[in-house]
Amino acid sequence: MRTILFILQKEFLQIFRNKTMIPIIFVVPVIQLIVLVHAATLEVKNIEMIVIDKNLSQTSRKLISKFEGSPFFKVKAATFSMEEAYNKITNDEATVLLVIPEDFENRLISEGKSNIQISINAINGMVAGLSNAYASSIITDFNKEIIPDIVTIPDKSLLAIKNINITNSYWYNPDLNYKNFMVPGILVLLVTIIGLFLSSMNVVREKEIGTIEQINVTPIKKYQFIIGKLLPFLAIALFDLAFGLSIGKLLFDIPIVGSLWLVFGMTIVYLLVVLGVGLFISTLTNTQQQAMFISFFFMIVFIMMSGLFTPIESMPDWAIEFDRINPLVYFMRIMRMILLKGSMFNDIKADFYSLLIFAFISLGLATWRYRKVA
Amino acid sequence: MKRFIGFVRKEFYHIFRDPRTMVILFGIPIVQILLFGFVITNEIKDAKIAILDQSHDEITKEITNKLISSGYFILEQKLKSNNYIEDSFKKGNIKEVIVFESNFEQKLEREKKASIQILADASDPNTASMLTNYTSALIYQYLRELNGEFINNVQITPEVRMLYNPYLLGVYMFIPGIMAMILMLISALMTSISLVREKELGTMEVLLVSPLRPLQIVLGKVTPYFFLSFVNALSIVLLGKFVFGMPVTGSFVLLMIESMLFILLALSLGILISTVSDSQQSAMMISMFALLLPTILLSGFIYPIENMPAILQWIAYLMPPRWFIIIIKDIMLKGVGLLYVWKETLVIIFMIFLFIILSVKKFQVRLE
Amino acid sequence: MDKHEYIINTVDLTKKFGSFVANDKLTFSVKKGEIFGFLGANGAGKTTAMKIMCGLSKPTSGHVNVAGYDIYTETEKIKKNIGYMSQKFSLYEDLTVYENIRFYGGIYGMSRKNIRQKAENLLTKMEIKKYRNNLIASLPLGWKQKLAFLIAIIHEPQIVFLDEPTGGVDPITRRQFWDLIYEASHNGITVFVTTHYMDEAEYCDRISIMVDGKIVALDSPENLINKYNSKNMDDVFVKLARNPSVKL
Repeated sequence: MRTILFILQKEFLQIFRNKTMIPIIFVVPVIQLIVLVHAATLEVKNIEMIVIDKNLSQTSRKLISKFEGSPFFKVKAATFSMEEAYNKITNDEATVLLVIPEDFENRLISEGKSNIQISINAINGMVAGLSNAYASSIITDFNKEIIPDIVTIPDKSLLAIKNINITNSYWYNPDLNYKNFMVPGILVLLVTIIGLFLSSMNVVREKEIGTIEQINVTPIKKYQFIIGKLLPFLAIALFDLAFGLSIGKLLFDIPIVGSLWLVFGMTIVYLLVVLGVGLFISTLTNTQQQAMFISFFFMIVFIMMSGLFTPIESMPDWAIEFDRINPLVYFMRIMRMILLKGSMFNDIKADFYSLLIFAFISLGLATWRYRKVA
Repeated sequence: MKRFIGFVRKEFYHIFRDPRTMVILFGIPIVQILLFGFVITNEIKDAKIAILDQSHDEITKEITNKLISSGYFILEQKLKSNNYIEDSFKKGNIKEVIVFESNFEQKLEREKKASIQILADASDPNTASMLTNYTSALIYQYLRELNGEFINNVQITPEVRMLYNPYLLGVYMFIPGIMAMILMLISALMTSISLVREKELGTMEVLLVSPLRPLQIVLGKVTPYFFLSFVNALSIVLLGKFVFGMPVTGSFVLLMIESMLFILLALSLGILISTVSDSQQSAMMISMFALLLPTILLSGFIYPIENMPAILQWIAYLMPPRWFIIIIKDIMLKGVGLLYVWKETLVIIFMIFLFIILSVKKFQVRLE
Repeated sequence: MDKHEYIINTVDLTKKFGSFVANDKLTFSVKKGEIFGFLGANGAGKTTAMKIMCGLSKPTSGHVNVAGYDIYTETEKIKKNIGYMSQKFSLYEDLTVYENIRFYGGIYGMSRKNIRQKAENLLTKMEIKKYRNNLIASLPLGWKQKLAFLIAIIHEPQIVFLDEPTGGVDPITRRQFWDLIYEASHNGITVFVTTHYMDEAEYCDRISIMVDGKIVALDSPENLINKYNSKNMDDVFVKLARNPSVKL
């Protein structure tokens, strides 16, 4: 135990004496939360739209104003030239083109049916999918509310129409605020990046400067060394989590529904996994440059597959299988459940046990690979 | 010139001899392309839902079947009462609950009106709104079929066309982004580190007293990375085309020329970084935070710049990859020519000159 | 001689890296309290052998016994009883003099009081008391080397292994360094030192000369000089290294 204290004392001294360390500890969380939350937004609002209204009737105007009235669309320009409209889309000046044909109102009255054309720039599939979803819900509403007023339908048949009334309610985030979704995810990224980079570059640094040999000839026990190396980074990452949570709360007013104790408890378990992986990488490499590239590579893969950007269910089966061994998936889910839904320990038990198993494996690997040899 | 060629050859050997570096140079780009391409999709499939059917009649059964057979949803749970909803959401295994009111069929027959409630877990708001939209669309479609016999239901049908990317493939967005990221990573990061390493190890001084001129030294270090990056750019485009079917609608030659310009830009940035940092570690840190994060976040790679706050949009103007991404997207997907991208091309050329001039200035200061 | 007087015994110590034989059947013993020199050109296999004796790597074959413990099974016990100063400078540059002393003392299990006392003695001995709170990085190389040596023996080991401890320092500092070695030896610490400075070899009680992984000679410097009809150790070494088969 005393030996560990000596290691801890030394590690903390070195960390706080290192000039690049302070910016990493304090600046990274701020940048991540402030820039990422604003930059990494897939919140799709004010989609720019071009309208070609060849009909120019009351109904077509009502339809356009319905689009304009929603928070999702912004009518940027109206034109009659198809070419001009396409040019605008090609130049990224607008995303959606709405074309209302000449016989729009007439057909609606005579046949009870009419078509409109919606063209969407789909290079960004996510934006396109959402634009489509928003547009069709606006048209559905329009069909329900406005058409019966405009078009006179014989009473008898009206009676025969059956109607299902659908109400949507969005739990845990009624305003569909994208920040509520991003902040917990970014906090996960934050502790992962801090934990993985610091730990993976630490032991390898002692290798590079040669001090590891000096330590290896001492009677120090493997576990003492590993614990001494782990705890400082655990402390820093936890501090950064607290720091990040405060920023999230103060700046973005994200909901913190569940217990903070649970949040921190789970983070400790998760960090054991990450730090174990970092130390493992450190034992496999010879230079900080290699350690950094390997960490970077794994991090990109695990982050991209974590479900922060696209829902895991949409991924191909092999990716879903792979995600069973992706600790980020478990921790991301845990964080969202506790912070946004107020889930209790019982709700997240299964994920917790999985993380625990990962922690044993990664720390086991690190201890096994760390050899007290030259 | 002969000396210079010899030096370049030596640099090539350095890179090819280290298997770890080779893996970084060629393995990482390929793995990333494959991963992004296969993993990132925007379609919804197999979303786990629960149904709370308080009526248990023919219609509710039919609607349920219609939802499940659509392929978008998997029925994970049948709930018995309202009390279980919260519980299921909190356990996090379902994304949406569909609630049929009691006596659904009866109400629909007699009052011509019945209610369905869709409850979505909006802790992931985008998925939630997609899911509710899909669900309502399916229910309305069912309703039309049900009413179809009686009357032509009055309505407007939108014909939707997805331009440039009809199947909403994620690859279309990611390949240009990854190309920018990889070229940045290899050209800027690797060159800056390899130049700084010579400084750190003291071998730079040996080179400087050799008959090679400083410009030749820098060019010699940079040339291999230029070729490697170009090979990478080419293989990304080919992978995109043959594995993911991402077309090159525009001119292939123009695409390659623009890629070379961007590689030059990244290399000049790498040289600039190497003149301002004196250890590999600081070169790495500068490259990571000044290059990689902005490339991913502020270049329009994943996130549309238009949605960002004004300050970030302004910063995004300064990001080299942003311009390159616009260019390759335009050439590959929209098939436009130089006429459409000359502005962006000029920006890139301007940046190359800017970085080179800055590096030369910095370098001269150091020599004094 | 009584066997108990020997603190290091090796029999047929062999270390191979693939087909390259770094140490070829080394057999030698080191007496308690002596200064034992390991001489050889760069790449002769000195460092490899030393790392094996410190428990940093395992031999391919042969028996090695250090401080009464077996090298294969009792490395951790050996580590309690030895000090080591590697060829690569190994104090933390970003810690102060005192912090380095405290850290190494601490991981050898010394009490805080004991560490403080030791540190005082050490700083007084080196006359660098006022630099106690300076970063190692700010000290001249000679001081760093001496400090590294004193820290390597801070826990009063039975043996200290020094791997080319005086590389790159000026002759005066080397002389001072050897004074420290004599003092340690005087206090009962066995010193095992590798070097390629032949003048240093003459400071040792006994030396063994290694050429291409083999021990080609082992005796006191005087005896070796006589044996090979040489003026000094330098001469002996050149003769042996040129033609290892010259054995009289």
